Amino acid sequence: MSATIEKGINSFKEVIDAPIASFFSSCVHCGLCAEACLFYTETGDAQYTPIHKLEPLRRVWQQEYTLLGKVGKALGLSKPVTDAELAEWEPLVYDSCTLCGRCAMVCPVGNDMTYMIRKMREGMAASGHAPEDLVAATTRAITIGSPMGIKWPAVLAQIKHVQAETGIAVPVEREGADYLVLMSSMEIINFPEYLSALSRIFKQAGVSWTLAQDAFEATNSGIQIGASDLAREIVSRIVVAAERLKVKCVISPECGHAFTALRWEGPNLMGRPFSFEVKHILEVLDELHTAGKLRTKGKDQRPLTYHDPCQIARRGGVIEQPRRLLNEIAEDFREMPDAGVMNWCCGGGGGVSANSRAEPLRLQSFKYKKGQIEATGTQTLITACANCRIVMEEGLEHYHMKVEVIGLTELLAEYLVEEEKT
Amino acid sequence: MSYLDLLTFARGSALNWALIIFSAGVVLRLFEIFGLGRKADLAKPRATTPGSGWRTIFTRSLPVQGMLKRDPVTYIGGYVFHLGLLFAIFFFAPHIEFFRGLTGLVWPGLPPALVDASVVSAIVALVVLLAHRLNNPVKRMLSGFGDYLAWAATLLPLLTGYLAYHHLLVEYTLMLALHLYSVELLLVLLPFTKLFHTFSVFISRWYNGDIFGRKGVAS
Repeated sequence: MSATIEKGINSFKEVIDAPIASFFSSCVHCGLCAEACLFYTETGDAQYTPIHKLEPLRRVWQQEYTLLGKVGKALGLSKPVTDAELAEWEPLVYDSCTLCGRCAMVCPVGNDMTYMIRKMREGMAASGHAPEDLVAATTRAITIGSPMGIKWPAVLAQIKHVQAETGIAVPVEREGADYLVLMSSMEIINFPEYLSALSRIFKQAGVSWTLAQDAFEATNSGIQIGASDLAREIVSRIVVAAERLKVKCVISPECGHAFTALRWEGPNLMGRPFSFEVKHILEVLDELHTAGKLRTKGKDQRPLTYHDPCQIARRGGVIEQPRRLLNEIAEDFREMPDAGVMNWCCGGGGGVSANSRAEPLRLQSFKYKKGQIEATGTQTLITACANCRIVMEEGLEHYHMKVEVIGLTELLAEYLVEEEKT
Repeated sequence: MSYLDLLTFARGSALNWALIIFSAGVVLRLFEIFGLGRKADLAKPRATTPGSGWRTIFTRSLPVQGMLKRDPVTYIGGYVFHLGLLFAIFFFAPHIEFFRGLTGLVWPGLPPALVDASVVSAIVALVVLLAHRLNNPVKRMLSGFGDYLAWAATLLPLLTGYLAYHHLLVEYTLMLALHLYSVELLLVLLPFTKLFHTFSVFISRWYNGDIFGRKGVAS
């Protein structure tokens, strides 16, 4: 599957639909999208203006799908999109866009730049202009089963560890369970607390759940790189396992893009609606809490704040749930400025954190998050995305900030009423 | 050819042709957009959100929290210009008379002094916005010939209308003819430049509201 500029242009042509045509038709070049993008606000570099990142796609739209553009092309007046140009655009499309969607919330004419960048990446990947690291991660996800190269034995080792620590059996391949639990590679490698916390919470709540041997990985680098065929293959593993185990619901872990990949893109990648529900872990925890099945005791006395992962909040609609949960277990919960749907990205979403070339820019752009955290005066930062977490931990270290980052599920488990005597 | 002949032509054939090109252009552009279609979203929406697209058509007219102070010139200039233009086009008594002739519909106008003030405000806003476009690195980078053409094509009807109303610069008949020609130029350019956002803004905002609405987010 050699990548060529022709394939890239064809892919651009394929992804352009009515929304994209309306977006390009409406753009008045006001530049307000730049003011919403942390890569622009933190560098002051105009090239990071979101709509500018889409310029090659816009030209293909104009030349192929408008009368004036077609006339211009026939007369040789328009500038064709070249391979060299796409090479030049690669860092703009991948390194400086986390698909956070903030620009899409502020654009006065309603352009959803994130929707377009996601689609544009299809053509970038098809023309061979995707970042090396993302290509490698996607290759590992396809061949090994996980972008970080994790195989089932590593998960099994973690299961054993969790079982030893909690004394709770972790169910595997249990047919007919209500929930299929997924994890992200990051949780398996860096944050084993997640599985441990879930085991304890689900035991208390009496939830029937399971892990699947061939579908433990929730992340999907196919949607980050922009390769729908690979994204489909990755997501299909989960769908096949969920259907085989006849679960009612698949729980997306504390990971932003995994939720987008499965919840919003999944059925479209598969070409059919799912027979099961997909929920983010925070939605499940909030439901359990509302139903009185998740009981907590005591409150965390530390002043703490919450970082809304973009794909969970702005692009996922999970906004109130973490706040309800936090208010239950935190004495001094403080909101960041712009919290909720207008929160600022950690700077590492959409494949940016997996792209080592983007690291200096990512750390520079973290300044915004730094300021947001400082404004709360807290030293404890809660979030619900393992990728945000690692990105923020790196950013905090880079700026010598003494702030601890904790996953919400894990924090919740600390205040769980356990072993209730009846 | 006398000034009156110029005016007569502007009011007759030229106007008819401009309206034909404008209408055909708008229809063509709408076909170009909707003709591309979009795939049905198979992901179950978070909640049935009837009207999320329609709601965004209105709500997107206001700046999101914190944005106004990031670029007040664009926001305030944008409001002043658009409202001034709206008042001038639709609430100036002679214009209402013109629309009555075209459509048979009549509505109340605004006092001429108010229309006059809104035209001046719109012109000032356009000049300020041009200066901002030339000074702001982001806007300057995004701007091309089409942006400056659209700017000039929008300014001319406002300017010639103002000059004609106040009988300034050249003889009234000639200025009125120039005013009509400038409007006709605007009509012809509108479907084929960024000025088409006059129509497409409703579509793009609708899609934005729909995309976010399905995910349970009011955009």
